[in-house]
Amino acid sequence: MAKKRMVQAINEAITEEMERDGSIIVIGEDVHISPVGDTRGLIERFGASRVRNTPISESVMSGMAVGAAATGSRVICHLFYGNFIYTGFDAIANQAAKLRYMLGGQVKLPILYMAMIGGGRSVAAQHSDSMHPMLMNLGGIKIVMPASPGDAKGLAKAALRDDNPVFLLQAAGRGGELGEVPEGDYTIPLGKAEEKRAGDDVTVVAIGSMVKPALKACDELAARGISVSLIDPRTVVPMDYDAILASVARTGRLVVVDEARKSCSAASEIAATVAERGFHLLKAPIGRVAVEDVAIPYSPVLEKAVIPDAARIVDAVLKIAVSGGVPR
Amino acid sequence: MSAQEISSERLLQMYGRMFRIRLVEERLAQVQAAGELPGPVHLYIGQEAIAVGVCAHLSDQDWICSTHRGHGHFLAKSDEFQRMVAEVYGRATGVCGGKGGSMHVADVSKGILGANGIVGGGIALAAGAALSAQTRGTRNVAVVFFGDGAANQGVLFEALNVAALWSLPLILVCENNGFSEFSPTATVTAGEIWNRATPFGVPGRSVDGNDVREVWAAAGAAIERARSGGGATLLEMRTYRLRGHVEAEKSFLSKSYRSDAEVEERREREPLRLAVAALHGAGVTADAIAKLEEKERVAVQAAFEYAAESPWPEPGAAFEHMFA
Ligand SMILES: Cc1ncc(C[n+]2csc(CCOP(=O)(O)OP(=O)(O)O)c2C)c(N)n1
Ligand SMILES: [Mg+2]
Repeated sequence: MAKKRMVQAINEAITEEMERDGSIIVIGEDVHISPVGDTRGLIERFGASRVRNTPISESVMSGMAVGAAATGSRVICHLFYGNFIYTGFDAIANQAAKLRYMLGGQVKLPILYMAMIGGGRSVAAQHSDSMHPMLMNLGGIKIVMPASPGDAKGLAKAALRDDNPVFLLQAAGRGGELGEVPEGDYTIPLGKAEEKRAGDDVTVVAIGSMVKPALKACDELAARGISVSLIDPRTVVPMDYDAILASVARTGRLVVVDEARKSCSAASEIAATVAERGFHLLKAPIGRVAVEDVAIPYSPVLEKAVIPDAARIVDAVLKIAVSGGVPR
Repeated sequence: MSAQEISSERLLQMYGRMFRIRLVEERLAQVQAAGELPGPVHLYIGQEAIAVGVCAHLSDQDWICSTHRGHGHFLAKSDEFQRMVAEVYGRATGVCGGKGGSMHVADVSKGILGANGIVGGGIALAAGAALSAQTRGTRNVAVVFFGDGAANQGVLFEALNVAALWSLPLILVCENNGFSEFSPTATVTAGEIWNRATPFGVPGRSVDGNDVREVWAAAGAAIERARSGGGATLLEMRTYRLRGHVEAEKSFLSKSYRSDAEVEERREREPLRLAVAALHGAGVTADAIAKLEEKERVAVQAAFEYAAESPWPEPGAAFEHMFA
């Protein structure tokens, strides 16, 4: 299998799907030159009719995606940084998430909204949010958050065949990371988690950008004799609770790691659901590792203080992993 | 107010500030390339006349809102800039304590509500500052600087409407520098930006944004009108971005969006060059200009030393300032 970068994998998925399905169109700011790299080469290959470089007008972009999708196109709406989801949020929340429902199921809305989310690169509060929880709360929106290039390709292709609005949220600054990418028609069904590491002592669920530090934490914990079952949900809507609960059934302990702000985060939702459906399985309180309820600061010293890293994950696991399940 | 009325003292003063902006930005380009800055920077080189010509009419009680390309506006409005440089360095002494960085430099004590990472984000903020100035019965005004790219955000039209309805003391300064990130303006912007004010009954004007005298005159008239209750004005400043959208962009772009020849051609009418010619025309000696430039060099050098030697913030500071 060839090693490729995350943005190349996404690019490959889009290119293949656009070849396969002539109804797919792309709209987005600077998609013709593609500073991120994921839409590179599309305009040359598919032409300026299907690939539209848009003005900086997120509110019309996000809404046009809905209108075009409702009337026969399959739309890729590239929103660049996740924080620009907010400038396009009205149509996402008021139209995309509920038009089909309000119309009693009369329309399908095959839209792939794309954005890069999260911090770690000193781009400050207006370019560093992780807003998947807000999208999760809308209902009517699916959300994929790949943590590896292979997953990015498989999930992007599946998302492009889905008949609903799907967000593909890529961890900002991780687009260059290499990984194995299967050739050709490779899809991963939405809603299927992957166990990245098998283990019996503690379950760690890590979302998107947090899979990488969680893997590092697994190694450090293994050195201390603690084996972790690391679950990457890959999509947070739909969420593979069966996989998470199956793991918790073995370990009896759960730590959830999320780069979103803690209040109402995906970590909170997972914790709540496991408590609701699997309380009898738990031997210790559930831990959440997330960003405290602050904006993401610019200075690297400050940013490091707020974004979860392997050390914080290790601490959270140790806190509930002591024998007898009594938190320290 | 016409460009001819400008005194040679005023012109020299404005040139000095433009020169300062140029020095700071060139130095930031250097230290960015050397890896000394934590984050990306969008430089104002080539657009200095706009910030300086506008801010020459403003006091600390007047407000400005700016953009991701905001160092120049800060430097034009405030004489104190060491802590702005320290902010871009992410240091504890930064004007926002290192929390904001390049895209959020602000000094509220100087009427600088800040640079902004959201394209078009300053437009509504400035409309609000204008509303507040009006309801509090002051003669103060709010100025928003925004790019040609931001002129395609719907909020511009909403702000024009409300500013017209309420005669807000708001000056909308669009810096048309030819590009919206990596897209030439004409490929993403229909019609004339100055003319977007017309349907709302707001005066719109197109101004040579590289000639500080023209900027000064046009801004002076608009600001005076706003102060005396006449309402908003939209000024489209024609200029050209001489550096990249963001520093080091060539390292990640796979193709170019403009030619080097085009940039060189546009450099001939760059604002500092035009200002020097105007100064000579007004009888200011080369000696007087050189003296002023030297003074600025010393001040800028001191600011960068201050920034580079400043301490990093304490990690715990990350959890302060969310609520009043
Ligand atoms: C709401 C929003 N959309 C997109 C961006 C990404 N972005 C940053 S600067 C920029 C181009 C801005 O162009 P213009 O307004 O002309 O300002 P200039 O960069 O030319 O000064 C874009 C698209 C952003 N920061 N905010
Ligand atoms: Mg521009």
